[in-house]
Amino acid sequence: MTTTLLTIIIVLFVAVAIWQLIKIFDLAQVGASNTQIADDKDNKMNGYLMMGFLAFIYIITILCFWYLGDLPLMSNSASEHGPGIDSLMAISMVVIFIVQTVTQFLLHYFAFKYRGEKGRKALFYADNNTLEAIWTGIPVVVLAGLIIYGLFTWNDIMNVDDQEDPLVVELYAQQFNWKARYGGEDNVLGKANVRLIDLDRANILGVDEGDLNAQDDVIVTELHLPVNRPVLFKMRSQDVLHSAYMPHFRAQMNCVPGMVTQFGFTPTVTTAEMRETEAMKEKVLNINKIRTEKSKDLTLNGEEPLEPYEFDYLLICNKICGKSHYNMQMKIIVETEEEYNAWMAEQTTFAKSLN
Amino acid sequence: MSATVDTHNHDDHDVHHHKETFVTKYIFSQDHKMIAKQYLITGVIVMGIIGILMSLMIRMQIAWPEQQNAVFKALLGKWAPEGVMDADIYLALVTIHGTLMVFFVLTAGLSGTFSNLLIPLQIGARDMASGFLNMVSYWLFFVSCLIMILSFFVEMGPAAAGWTIYPPLSALPMAQPGSGTGMTLWLVSMAIFIASSLLGSLNYIVTVINLRTKGMSMTRMPLTIWAFFITAVIGVISFPVLLSAALLLIMDRSFGTSFFLSDIFIQGEVLHYQGGSPVLYEHLFWFLGHPEVYIVLLPALGITSEIIATNSRKPIFGYRAMILSILAIAFLSTIVWGHHMFVSGMNPFLGSVFTFTTLLIAIPSAVKAFNYITTLWKGNLQMNPAMLFSIGLVSTFITGGLTGIILGDSALDINVHDTYFVVAHFHLVMGISALYGVFAGVYHWFPKMFGRMMNKKLGYLHFWITAVCAYGVFFPMHFIGMAGLPRRYYTNSNFPLFDDTADTQIVITVFALIAGVAQLIFLYNFFSSIFYGKKAPQNPWRSTTLEWTTPVEHIHGNWPGEIPHVYRWPYDYSKPGHDEDFVPQTVPMKEGEEELHH
Repeated sequence: MTTTLLTIIIVLFVAVAIWQLIKIFDLAQVGASNTQIADDKDNKMNGYLMMGFLAFIYIITILCFWYLGDLPLMSNSASEHGPGIDSLMAISMVVIFIVQTVTQFLLHYFAFKYRGEKGRKALFYADNNTLEAIWTGIPVVVLAGLIIYGLFTWNDIMNVDDQEDPLVVELYAQQFNWKARYGGEDNVLGKANVRLIDLDRANILGVDEGDLNAQDDVIVTELHLPVNRPVLFKMRSQDVLHSAYMPHFRAQMNCVPGMVTQFGFTPTVTTAEMRETEAMKEKVLNINKIRTEKSKDLTLNGEEPLEPYEFDYLLICNKICGKSHYNMQMKIIVETEEEYNAWMAEQTTFAKSLN
Repeated sequence: MSATVDTHNHDDHDVHHHKETFVTKYIFSQDHKMIAKQYLITGVIVMGIIGILMSLMIRMQIAWPEQQNAVFKALLGKWAPEGVMDADIYLALVTIHGTLMVFFVLTAGLSGTFSNLLIPLQIGARDMASGFLNMVSYWLFFVSCLIMILSFFVEMGPAAAGWTIYPPLSALPMAQPGSGTGMTLWLVSMAIFIASSLLGSLNYIVTVINLRTKGMSMTRMPLTIWAFFITAVIGVISFPVLLSAALLLIMDRSFGTSFFLSDIFIQGEVLHYQGGSPVLYEHLFWFLGHPEVYIVLLPALGITSEIIATNSRKPIFGYRAMILSILAIAFLSTIVWGHHMFVSGMNPFLGSVFTFTTLLIAIPSAVKAFNYITTLWKGNLQMNPAMLFSIGLVSTFITGGLTGIILGDSALDINVHDTYFVVAHFHLVMGISALYGVFAGVYHWFPKMFGRMMNKKLGYLHFWITAVCAYGVFFPMHFIGMAGLPRRYYTNSNFPLFDDTADTQIVITVFALIAGVAQLIFLYNFFSSIFYGKKAPQNPWRSTTLEWTTPVEHIHGNWPGEIPHVYRWPYDYSKPGHDEDFVPQTVPMKEGEEELHH
């Protein structure tokens, strides 16, 4: 209680101190013929500051690309459709940065160049249809291009081709963890509904025990995917909205109670291969450097040091779902067909897992 | 335009009679100028301070997660045991911050202040069409504010399902503590808020259509009025849909219906709900939610149009194109809501449709931005604080708007949906831009509201610190978003994958804290100027519009004598053939003079 009171008092004092500083600043100007309307001196000062601000915008852009440019998931996609999204993203970014650089320049440069001076008269220039047509027309053309490219990419991703015989996997979300269910030998998921959940019999996903297709289903807490085989995810949620977000595969779909949603992709890079890429090695090295630093502080305070980081694909929840939303994840392992089959052979089928 | 109505017959008797008491003048006032001030103080200042304080606490938690923080201990009390913020209250802060800023500050605060102040003054009316409804609208707003704030003091805490309050999370008290009494209060508060907003909007629409002075045709209205008018129309179209969503959600929560709920197993039991769909709620919510962006932004753009023209001493470039783009944005805003739902599980074909309509909206937006820039060209720019904020608005509007091209593209949205990229985008394009609009409006019309001038030097200081910090906060945020970091995470410490974003988070928080402190400069300037500011001249910015023809001292009915007539459009700045660099709307056309803008 006393610390609370003390904090409030300190915060109050700081606020009062700042208030007083402003007041001094304010009072110091009394005397000058002060109409509070900008004069030539103000126009000049702010005109120059506008140019300074333009420089600031450019610098912060460059700094962000320099220091943070390697963070974005712009390369290293691990799914077949990923590069398509990445190149669309790159093209959009180029368009954006050209427009951003030019328009910000014009805006701030004009604010500097045409800063007010006593006695000068502005140009009465109310309209020009040609100009209006130009800057309606150019966005139309550029956006038409982006829209068409975007729609092709989107349709490509969202259309699931049954001819490809995709591996069918159910992603099952609940507060606050993920389960995955495989169709088993027949690659067909048994019917399921949360009304069939029977915790006593360990039927936690509400799979229909009488459905023949359900008997060989396999329920796991770690998602394994064979590389280069199309996967069709069927998403379900038992309680609230969740979102199955797999950033490395450029994949995301909400899990909605009461309905089954779907998303399909083909993983193209195994976990082992991804760990060996140069970019990933560098990223992991960097992260581990940060973690070692943090661990030093932790051990000084007598706490456990952090474990070193090793790269893994992740499925994370990306729709606010309650208290532990920030820690709802499942490891994804992409492996060769043989490794996958070996792993699958070790799993217990649904029929056998029941109590 | 023959729609102009002569109001002279019935307004003269309004002016002189009824003595005012303290209560009728300051509390239950029906005068639009007083109601505007009430909205400014309640909506912008008080709710703004609370909303910004929340955002600073959110930022501190993200930068220094799960650590003891004296500020949390002091402000959050039992929700920050030992000064460590609780995960539930983090979500509550995120939720209420969003709700306050979007609805209370930037909808009611912005429109309530400036529509009320400027609509009668700029179209030449004695007051709003219904002073009584206007007063009711404010007091309903006041009550909704109280209820929203009260929700912080209930046992299980305020609503915490995000400002979009998607069911089932918001519908089931067992899903999170905030979905109990806190959520009920949220829904009640918003229902009252919507009633307030509808009364206000109807009043604005009726006033603009019916009470324009002689000569004030629709195409002679300042762009501020156009923006307020269209904003009110969008509000009347879309807010009732949110009200229906809220009512249906209340039914699901309290009366066992299944509009939005189906097949739910939670905390060991199956609930009875069957057949509803949360996706339906998402559609209803975003049918308001997206137009809401423009309800927030259009008035700010209207204010900017006026201020940029006045301070450039030039007509706004492309007056008609500006009106057309406002209309186009208003129309398109009602058919783009699905871009919030690309990965909601709706039919992918709808995703294609909404991508198309969404990217279309970039066209009128681009036209507006280019027109602002051209208005500056060869102007004689008077760098008043209001002008700085207007230029700042155009800058953040461009920066924030451009990333909309990425988010509006369904294919790209898959990977940046609900990441910090989205947070950066909408804060720049509607949060910061609209806040700049509010600041610009306050600096510009402060002399009209309080009869005194604000201190320009403090205004400059306020602008430059805020402008630098706004980019400092939101520019790097795009990058951690593109790195895949989801929003609304209490802490990222469970994801070593995101460890390399931690330093950036600290930089962002430092910028945010500085920006927060800088707002004290504004508060000081605002309150001290009300009492000690320099007395305002009649027309400080040498503006052409009608509000500067009213006396500095406020009177009921606005003009002591007859309402002035209007003879020209509002942007005759630096018109050739005139000595002054502005020709007020009340000055009749000279012989042979043309209305050049047609």
